[in-house]
Amino acid sequence: MTESTDRLPLVETKGLSKHFGEGESRVDALRDITMTVSQGEVVGLLGPSGSGKSTLLNAIGAIIEPNEGWMRLDGEVVYDNRWMRRDLRRLRLEKIGFIFQTHNLLPFLDATDNVAVVYYLAGIPRAEGLKRAEEMLEYLQVGHRKHAMPSQLSGGEAQRVAIARALANRPRIILADEPTAALDSVRAGIVMDLLRKLAAEQKAAIIAVTHDEKIFDRFDRIFKLRDGLLVDIEERARPKNQNASGT
Amino acid sequence: MNLAWRDIRYKFGRFVLTCLGLSLLLAVVITMAAMNRGQIEDATALVRAIGADLWIVEADTVGPFAESSRIPGDTREMIARMHGVAEAGSITLQNVQLDRAGRKVRLQVVGYEPGRPGGPVQIAVGREIMRSHYEMIADRQTGLKVGETVRLGRNDYTVVGETRGVVTLSGDSIVYVTLRDAQRLQFELTPPAARRETARGAQREQTNLVNAVVARITPDVPSEEVAEVIRRWKHLSVLTDQQQQDFLTVNVIERARRQLGIFMAILTVVSVVIIALIIYTLTMDKIREIATLKLIGAPNRTIVGLILQQALLMGLASYFAGTAMVYAFKAWFPRRLVMLPEDIAALFGVVVVVCLLASVLGVRAALRVDPGRALTG
Repeated sequence: MTESTDRLPLVETKGLSKHFGEGESRVDALRDITMTVSQGEVVGLLGPSGSGKSTLLNAIGAIIEPNEGWMRLDGEVVYDNRWMRRDLRRLRLEKIGFIFQTHNLLPFLDATDNVAVVYYLAGIPRAEGLKRAEEMLEYLQVGHRKHAMPSQLSGGEAQRVAIARALANRPRIILADEPTAALDSVRAGIVMDLLRKLAAEQKAAIIAVTHDEKIFDRFDRIFKLRDGLLVDIEERARPKNQNASGT
Repeated sequence: MNLAWRDIRYKFGRFVLTCLGLSLLLAVVITMAAMNRGQIEDATALVRAIGADLWIVEADTVGPFAESSRIPGDTREMIARMHGVAEAGSITLQNVQLDRAGRKVRLQVVGYEPGRPGGPVQIAVGREIMRSHYEMIADRQTGLKVGETVRLGRNDYTVVGETRGVVTLSGDSIVYVTLRDAQRLQFELTPPAARRETARGAQREQTNLVNAVVARITPDVPSEEVAEVIRRWKHLSVLTDQQQQDFLTVNVIERARRQLGIFMAILTVVSVVIIALIIYTLTMDKIREIATLKLIGAPNRTIVGLILQQALLMGLASYFAGTAMVYAFKAWFPRRLVMLPEDIAALFGVVVVVCLLASVLGVRAALRVDPGRALTG
């Protein structure tokens, strides 16, 4: 790798393919996907229903095993032609943060504990975990709602808490599945600006599935998929000092 | 961070209601076990209350409870004179039904000789029988009070004392009267019946009969030795106290115990199925939360711990509530319920095993949850 450390590629795939079923019922969800997303970069995945966006997000998130190709996350080979790294749970815990379409907060934990649960799973002592969770909530400007249960939070607040949880372990890769789908345009813009800010500050890569045209201008690039193929890459307003490539 | 407890606290009302239902089911299982013990206690209560070393009954019988037994009234004198016998007493047993304040009360009348073995060992209220006729000691379960008068046969009896917990193997209450009164009650004919018997030329029936003689043996002589002498030379059957208790618990109430045992086994299986269904439903209700936890990196042990801890908390809360319920209401049960510490401990173990077994379905479902499910809308 010849790139400088602030341009480190975090997600690299080459010829990544995934199919479901066999024979007549075989569906090729991903076909020969080759892409690279670097630190600080915010990219969007766009495509009609069934185009393979979610499958690609699941493959990068180490949730499903591809059938062919090669994938490296933050410098570690995760998949290499039928060989899959074993400890995917730890990989997800340490390197990947997930933001969902609906916030997916655990309904039985308050805002602080929804963030602190990540520290708990990482084995960080309870007091330290709570302190860090509260700091994270403050950072995302929902510190005043730290004791609220998810059912007591507004959509925007809940999404901020979910983002705080996704960022809690300072992941290198953040995967978002329609993160603004449940928000109005103003709040959607705020959330995307926040994600951009976090990507820059934490030197993380953000990959978001979206249909929301209102937020297209918040992406550095948009990967367009159709029938499992990466058909186009649209370059958007790219901040300086950030590298991205894709084929 | 205890996720299981947090989840329970979040849906506490539902948890309490579930536990309430489960505790009623477990209360039935506990009641069955307590009834089983109570049945044994009831069956042996009279034998234990009499506290004899040997039971001498009619030859070739295992009376007077398992089979009928009639022996001459003077058998007692013969036994009492034997080497090794400290004291002996005659007893008779007879079932009667009283009509008391419009309610039928079933009683077993025990005839005994005051001052000799066979009578009540402990009198809780009142006194021993002091007169040779028409006095009675009744168990508290009869509802009869000291000073109350009861008509038995052709005579009125005054209750002079009260015992506690002395019942028959079928749970009927026991009353004690003198041997003479009991024999008259059992064998003496009413005047019209006596006239009828005389008219048909029947011989006057022997009334000096008893159902058994109970004996206490001196400590320096083995009971079995005395029993053997009685069997060989007196041509009577002899049962030790332990044999008598074994006959009652193993032979006489065996079928009822087996029935209770089968009910208990069925109820335990039903409990497993119900707890399994509850755990499975609770797990399926939070499948999305489980998927989210797995997605953010929760290990399988966290997920399994969440389900197992909830199952155990539910099972144990229900077990304690069920036990408390049985304790609170056992006085209202028509049959005696006996809850021994070892039974309670064994049931505790059964509940823990049942909860663990019942969690298998839920754990299996949870471990199969695809983390990607958290991403789907």
